[in-house]
Amino acid sequence: MDLKLTTEEKQFRDELRGWLSVNLPKDWDEWRQKPIEESFPYLRAWQRKLHEGGWAAVSWPKEYGGRSATLMQSAIFWEEMARVEAPPMANSLGLGLIGPTIIAFGTEAQKKRFIPKILSAEEIWCQGFSEPNAGSDLASLQTEARLDGDQYVVNGQKVWTSYGWVGNWCELVVRTDSAAAKHKGLTVLLVDMKSSGVEVKPLRQMTGESEFNEIFFRDVRVPVENVLGKVNDGWNVAVSTLMYERGSYGARLHSIFTRNISRLIELSRKVLRNGKPASEDPVIRQRLAQCYAEIEIMRLNQLRAFSRMTATGVPGPEGSIQKIFWSELNQRVQQLAQEVFGPYGQLLAGDPHAIDNGIWSYGYLRTRGNTIEAGTSEVQRNIIGHFVLGLPRSY
Amino acid sequence: MQFGLNESQELLKSNARKFFAGECPMDAVRRLMETETAYDPQLWAKMAEQGYTGIIFPEEYGGVGLGTVELALLTEEAGRALLPGPLFSTVALAGATINAVADHEHKREYLEPICAGDARATVAILESSTSWDLGELTMTGVNGKLTGEKLFVTDAAVADFLLVVARNGVFLVHAKAPGLKITPMLGMDMTRKLYTASFSETPAEKVGETGGLAKAFDIATTALVAEMVGGMQRTLDITVEYAKTRKQFGKPIGMFQAVQHQCADMYLETESSRSAAYYAAWTLQEGTPEAPLAVSIAKMYASDAARNVGNHGIQVHGGMGFTWENDIHLFYRRAKASETTLGDATFHRARIARHAIDNAV
Repeated sequence: MDLKLTTEEKQFRDELRGWLSVNLPKDWDEWRQKPIEESFPYLRAWQRKLHEGGWAAVSWPKEYGGRSATLMQSAIFWEEMARVEAPPMANSLGLGLIGPTIIAFGTEAQKKRFIPKILSAEEIWCQGFSEPNAGSDLASLQTEARLDGDQYVVNGQKVWTSYGWVGNWCELVVRTDSAAAKHKGLTVLLVDMKSSGVEVKPLRQMTGESEFNEIFFRDVRVPVENVLGKVNDGWNVAVSTLMYERGSYGARLHSIFTRNISRLIELSRKVLRNGKPASEDPVIRQRLAQCYAEIEIMRLNQLRAFSRMTATGVPGPEGSIQKIFWSELNQRVQQLAQEVFGPYGQLLAGDPHAIDNGIWSYGYLRTRGNTIEAGTSEVQRNIIGHFVLGLPRSY
Repeated sequence: MQFGLNESQELLKSNARKFFAGECPMDAVRRLMETETAYDPQLWAKMAEQGYTGIIFPEEYGGVGLGTVELALLTEEAGRALLPGPLFSTVALAGATINAVADHEHKREYLEPICAGDARATVAILESSTSWDLGELTMTGVNGKLTGEKLFVTDAAVADFLLVVARNGVFLVHAKAPGLKITPMLGMDMTRKLYTASFSETPAEKVGETGGLAKAFDIATTALVAEMVGGMQRTLDITVEYAKTRKQFGKPIGMFQAVQHQCADMYLETESSRSAAYYAAWTLQEGTPEAPLAVSIAKMYASDAARNVGNHGIQVHGGMGFTWENDIHLFYRRAKASETTLGDATFHRARIARHAIDNAV
């Protein structure tokens, strides 16, 4: 065990710090409170800048535009981004999940075609996984693709698609063999969202906004060269994407959590509770400390997971503890914020009394989705029970 | 940056696991816990032979000179075995205290026999206020003598000497000193016995200032958290094994999600405690400035986690978990005692709050 940075890691960090000191935008604070539709071009421009500096996807191989960074260097990257409170990148699914899956399973032609534009944020990616009748039981999905000459013809519906409204391309899981067992008849297609027969509808969520979409596919034609991986091996491809999601997403979120707790602590010095600043209330102090400590433990769990992944080469089912940890912790932080703010906590953006223009009331509602999206907490606990602890499958 | 164990650390850990499994299986634990002191001199001699009693102390005093990470790995395995007796009191608490506060001559006199396995020791801290804030202690050394009472002193009956934390320094009292009276307290954990130590004009030698105690107690706290991690891991292992074999409604109970999800939560809290414990150990070993905060985060988290893991473990066992015969309650008892030792979650959250909210440590 040695948590000191190696010479290479230090060089990596210093180079990044140098780059950030010149290139980090100064006006993110003004943009961060705007709706995503408005700030998206800003995030796209930020990603392009990072890409030009070679920082958009540090963990990717050099030949595909990354830095072949080790997992620890990736961790350093996200820690540094947190430290300077950098804005997120526009193409987060493309960079974090879909790009790595294309690099792992794609043909050379696919890599050449898709990877550069993922990096530059020219093409935004979305994920077509969940369906109205296939949520946790993803493998039961029904969207079908029928081979017709050198094209697949896709029919069906996807739901809870992030970035659907702005997506240029979609990693779509479809059923190509309805006779096979449910995990065996799936294939992953890379679908141009401009194709005829693709219809994107906003899905209004409980926060009132439409971060996600429903996507309808009616006789959508997809060339066979857009199959990712092997035909009928789509489950492996999709699971690999999900593992990236569970394994590394926590590292990115850490930056947001760190900012949230710092801001909440700052606000607790101003908000009154029984006539005194909330930050002096012993109960609030205890609960702030609890959240602060758990955010640190989340970072440490991630570092240990990275060390394990460095040894084994792939993200493992242990990534599920990260998913449970960050999602439930985020809910606790938001609940605590509500308690600190009292009646002010409920005020929405636009109300002159709202704290931070309503980002906390939004956050409170939004975090309910955290334990559902990217695999529910129940599914994550099933994964730990069966794949990590070796208990018999429950379903 | 590498958060995994290196080869020699893995070796130390697996050797310790084998050693405790061989020398201190559960029937030995049960036999020892029924004795007055839970101390086995033969087992002690074997631990000394392994170098465990001198693991973190300088070689010039006969120690092995390893770091806090290695100490944590050792106590983790001791915790997994529910090792009875004064290893924690002697090495992590008393040894670390002498090493931190005493001068060369005192280390020669008191640390050397600990390393050699010739002496057991403990530290008397708490008074009736039960405050871990050392500023609230009242006992004071006057003219080389101590008077008053210390409570919750671990393993005092087998200690050859006690280190007593007083307002004006750390004092050493020999077990046979006049005016010293050691009386058992009936603690829930039968494997680590508790005592009151009362002093009446008892001769006491000042061995150092209280200033060095923070570091020593951080080391002891980290060793204790690692021990708790071992206890959690064993509780999880026993519980998962039971869930795989116990059948109801014609199926192993581990197939039911209501059971499986409790096991998943046990795993999550055990692993998270381990991350925090190892990190705290490493910061102490390297002397990084965040060490005191890292120690508090670890103890805070593990204090709650050890209880939660035990709660789930007993629940999953059903009626079996409520029996005396099942081992799980023995770990649960230790977890409860460890929860309050060196500050419970509330105490450490207050310390974390001073850092996070008031920007002080």
